[in-house]
Amino acid sequence: MVANEFWAEGEPVVDKAAPDGPVETRWERRKFSAKLVNPANRRKLTVIVVGTGLAGGSAAATLAEAGYRVKSYCYQDSPRRAHSIAAQGGINAAKNYRNDGDSVYRLFYDTVKGGDFRARESNVYRLAQVSVNIIDQCVAQGVPFAREYGGLLDNRSFGGTQVSRTFYARGQTGQQLLLGAYQAMERQIGLGNIEMNARHEMLELIIVDGKARGIVVRDMVTGEITTEFADAVVLASGGYGNVFFLSTNAKGCNVTASWRAHRKGALFANPCYTQIHPTCIPESGSHQSKLTLMSESLRNDGRVWVPKRAEDCQKPAGEIAEEDRDYYLERIYPSFGNLVPRDIASRAAKNVCDEGRGVGPGGLGVYLDFADAIKRLGRKAVEAKYGNLFEMYERITGEDPYETPMRIYPAVHYTMGGLWVDYDLQSTIEGLFVVGEANFSDHGANRLGASALMQGLADGYFVLPNTISNYLANGPFPAVSETDAPVVEARKEVEDRIAKFLSIDGDRTVDSFHRELGQIMWEYCGMERTEEGLTKAIGLIRALKEEFWTRVKVPGKGEELNQNLEKAGRVADFLELGELMCIDALHRRESCGGHFRAESQTSDGEALRHDDEFGYAAAWEYFGADGKPTLHKEDLNFEYVHPSTRSYK
Amino acid sequence: MDIKVRVWRQSGPTAGGKMVTYDVKGISPDASFLEMIDVLNETLILNGDDPIAFDHDCREGICGACSMVINGVAHGPEKATTTCQLHMRKFKDGDVIDVEPWRAAAFPVIKDLVVDRSAFDKIIQAGGYITAPTGTAPDAHAAPVPKKDADAAFEAATCIGCGACVAACPNGSSMLFTAAKIAHLGLMPQGQPERDSRVIDMLQAQDDAGFGGCTNAGECTTVCPKGIPLSLIGRLNSDYRKAISKR
Amino acid sequence: MAVSGALLVLFLFAHAAGNLKIFVGETDFDHYAEWLRDLGTPLLPHGWFLWLQRIGLLAGIGLHIWAATALTIRAKKARPVKYAHRPKIQGSYAARTMRWGGVIIVLFVIYHILDLTTGTFNPAGGDVDPSARVIAGFAPDRWYVTLFYTLAVVSVGFHLRHGIWSAFRTLGQQTTKGERRAKAVALVLSVVLVAMYLSVPFAVLTGLVG
Ligand SMILES: Cc1cc2nc3c(=O)[nH]c(=O)nc-3n(C[C@H](O)[C@H](O)[C@H](O)COP(=O)(O)OP(=O)(O)OC[C@H]3O[C@@H](n4cnc5c(N)ncnc54)[C@H](O)[C@@H]3O)c2cc1C
Ligand code: HEM
Ligand code: SF4
Ligand code: FES
Repeated sequence: MVANEFWAEGEPVVDKAAPDGPVETRWERRKFSAKLVNPANRRKLTVIVVGTGLAGGSAAATLAEAGYRVKSYCYQDSPRRAHSIAAQGGINAAKNYRNDGDSVYRLFYDTVKGGDFRARESNVYRLAQVSVNIIDQCVAQGVPFAREYGGLLDNRSFGGTQVSRTFYARGQTGQQLLLGAYQAMERQIGLGNIEMNARHEMLELIIVDGKARGIVVRDMVTGEITTEFADAVVLASGGYGNVFFLSTNAKGCNVTASWRAHRKGALFANPCYTQIHPTCIPESGSHQSKLTLMSESLRNDGRVWVPKRAEDCQKPAGEIAEEDRDYYLERIYPSFGNLVPRDIASRAAKNVCDEGRGVGPGGLGVYLDFADAIKRLGRKAVEAKYGNLFEMYERITGEDPYETPMRIYPAVHYTMGGLWVDYDLQSTIEGLFVVGEANFSDHGANRLGASALMQGLADGYFVLPNTISNYLANGPFPAVSETDAPVVEARKEVEDRIAKFLSIDGDRTVDSFHRELGQIMWEYCGMERTEEGLTKAIGLIRALKEEFWTRVKVPGKGEELNQNLEKAGRVADFLELGELMCIDALHRRESCGGHFRAESQTSDGEALRHDDEFGYAAAWEYFGADGKPTLHKEDLNFEYVHPSTRSYK
Repeated sequence: MDIKVRVWRQSGPTAGGKMVTYDVKGISPDASFLEMIDVLNETLILNGDDPIAFDHDCREGICGACSMVINGVAHGPEKATTTCQLHMRKFKDGDVIDVEPWRAAAFPVIKDLVVDRSAFDKIIQAGGYITAPTGTAPDAHAAPVPKKDADAAFEAATCIGCGACVAACPNGSSMLFTAAKIAHLGLMPQGQPERDSRVIDMLQAQDDAGFGGCTNAGECTTVCPKGIPLSLIGRLNSDYRKAISKR
Repeated sequence: MAVSGALLVLFLFAHAAGNLKIFVGETDFDHYAEWLRDLGTPLLPHGWFLWLQRIGLLAGIGLHIWAATALTIRAKKARPVKYAHRPKIQGSYAARTMRWGGVIIVLFVIYHILDLTTGTFNPAGGDVDPSARVIAGFAPDRWYVTLFYTLAVVSVGFHLRHGIWSAFRTLGQQTTKGERRAKAVALVLSVVLVAMYLSVPFAVLTGLVG
């Protein structure tokens, strides 16, 4: 589809920082060509880091260790609570400790292929290269990875790869990695090199003379609005999956930091690429506030099924005879069966539920049955493998999975899209760098399991600290003052917006809008998207946005802890983002990775890419709340891994 | 189910507070405790009342943000469970449930059920780390760690920094939290060089932050959602004694 | 806390062992009381050892009370606002009652000295043999004294059950096996001690001694 009523098309966007030549040496050459900052001058340079997750925490610690002055921000009460803490499965690294044929090249290859050929080769190669250093760094910090009896690190295979390259710390890998970064950060805070501002939310970006020079923040305890200045700004504010209201993300995850930067000129790339995880605990009612992920490993031994006939769905699972059960994954994908990749498993579950064969409240669930595994391996063995997951399931649902099959349903889990960055992780705004899930850089249209943690730490520990020096070497930049026009303006925008929220005093709560937006997004921009649905969704979101700005009710004052005011700001931004996501999804008339367009599928219902037409990253420029977003394409070239079609039959 | 909650309401750090009773009607037993408060808040907002402020984020028992003392027990009646993972089916129709914030001088109330736990960060700042600036690390396999030690270190490292231990401790002591970190790092070979200074500095930071002294009362471990055992406090004491004797 | 507490425990055992002498015979018991005063002679004048021991004991008690008070004040400071819903006891009852238990014990010890050492509260008065005071003090018609004594000794038992175990912990005990042992030791020592102390008044009460 070409530019139309929904969007305009502009000049292509080019990554000028990427070196060419052999992919193996690009990172070395970039590091060598980057300008350095003399250690004595680093003290004079300040960097703002928004976010303290794996990406932000590791970046802040490393920059401070290098001698820069760092100011960090997070919305939680402690940097240790960033959402990275919740990652369970593990982190990939091409260590080849198993001698099973893994290598930097193979990790690179798997990631490009896993991303359905929508990621930049240079970036992915670098990611695979530094993955090795991440594990060393984390072990040195005391991260208690799982080990074997010989005392060496244990690995498991994850997300359908053929090698064992995933390092893990039981089911709490994200927690342990984040605590490592957090502790390194706290050390620097103690030394006075990082000024930590917890419970501070970034609400606006300050651009002076075309360069990112600061942010406007709200102290979430006192409500005080302040402007903070620096020589460069790093956003590490995480993903935007909460646009769906229900997701596996923490309640506070938001797009505000990225969106504010987008509104000020940073391009937002591939917003429609959303990863939907097949094994989550289904909704239990209208009170549902978030969804909980169950480890994917469950699919190794559990069998997924629904009743063959819709009439059976209300019956207890035990009363449905074996021949009346449809083990649909095993039926449709005989060779991979229950272990098909995330997107395929998710879509298949949606399809059977759409046919009216879903189970549990609202018919939104499928069974994950361990009866056979218990028969085959014995209850003890199943308990040893999955005991803690079964317990968690029982705690949440009140049902015992040893007796009745689990119910699962897909849920939004990760967002591949984000602010567009070049090889240096710099956005289209000079001096604004973006790391971690907040950028779009490495996963293309789909992220492999255990690769987000790797990317966050690669960006924060190793990539950004090297590339940002090239920019900072031009500093220190002229001092910015409170009275500079762009500063006054940015501050005023924030204050006006808060005043507006508080003054509407309508009759609907912020959550009710968020929930409704989520339903629209899930219905039309979720697992399966169509031109008709997306067009409809855009209309619905626009109407909802209008309603929001006239009917929302935000209680309380601005000068206090006001959680609804915080939410209102986030939901207002989600409403704008949701629209852009639908436009991006509408424009991409192909299916790839986490974006499935019903119009673009093979005869047997598989995703169908159109590389010739859509082999690019879509970077969007903001054009006012009512203007059309403008598309800038970044062409993707595949010199090493040649596009092929996935098949799991 | 229909229940009543009596909730600590306090409008700001310096304001006085009191317990206020609310009716919550028709709540599903499948709702989590926080979802019950969400539902209550929705009605409060529409009635023009101030909704109840409370800390939460992940809602899956790992970030350590949620923090409510429910009927006198930190994180409520279910063992090894955070407030966010507690579900209404653990209560009965008609129950009256008391909800209060963590109470400790080192955790001053900010609003309603939200407290300031930055004192925990201060304890970590004092020594809860291993000095390993980025880029200085040897290969991860350079120093094997016996599985037994790695597992024990992991168990200690699962602490989520929620502060329930402090909330439950009759002395308002943060010893379990500190001991967990001392054990995590002290069990790894990488943690040895700083082992002595770590325990001395972290205990000092803990005292400076206004936490009470530990008398091994053992309440902490019973409410700890991650089951951090009391024995780690013995480990801390032993480390401390050795560290002091070397001074 | 642990060190002063341990000192007190040592005393409790010595004292209890001495008490049991009453079963051997009243004269033995009286000799024991006398021997306490004679110990250390001729190096020390008569009575000095007992006083030295008393000074040591007082210092121990003083230190112990001082430390307990300091901890209590800190605890109060660390939780200036109390919970509206009285916290449920999740740990052990013994642990929760250390403070009140301690105070009851001190009150008891004061009474105990006035009763059996100075004889102020003793029907037999201060001028008779110690054994006579014991027998008079726990006479059946003064059952309430025995009852009070029993309660106090039982609370000493509770105090020690947590106290002894806690002292191990404070001194660095940390293994699971060690914990089980420390708990067992604490329990056995406390029970034995309570039994030793209670045997005397009950013996008097039931007429076994007298
Ligand atoms: C349940 C779950 C399980 C997962 N499991 C895995 C796994 O096994 N392996 C894997 O590789 N990946 C996994 N992921 C993905 C991975 O955890 C995330 O992608 C990654 O941790 C993101 O890290 P980050 O540093 O970019 O952002 P986050 O950790 O989300 O941090 C964002 C930070 O930004 C701050 N922030 C946000 N907005 C603002 C603002 N406006 N102002 C101030 N501060 C702000 C927040 O306070 C926070 O500190 C999982 C994700 C989920 C949800
Ligand atoms: C006023 C009198 C007393 C008070 C207020 C008191 C109070 C306390 C307190 C608060 C503790 C700390 C709890 C702990 O560490 O676990 C304690 C511990 C202890 N007490 Fe007492 N106590 C008193 C008398 C006694 C007596 C008379 C004895 C023994 C004869 C005794 C033996 C112990 C022991 C062994 C400990 C353990 C020390 C430790 O844990 O480090 N106490 N006491
Ligand atoms: S020790 Fe347990 S109760 Fe205390 S902060 Fe850690 S997890 Fe929470
Ligand atoms: S909200 Fe994260 S632990 Fe409860």
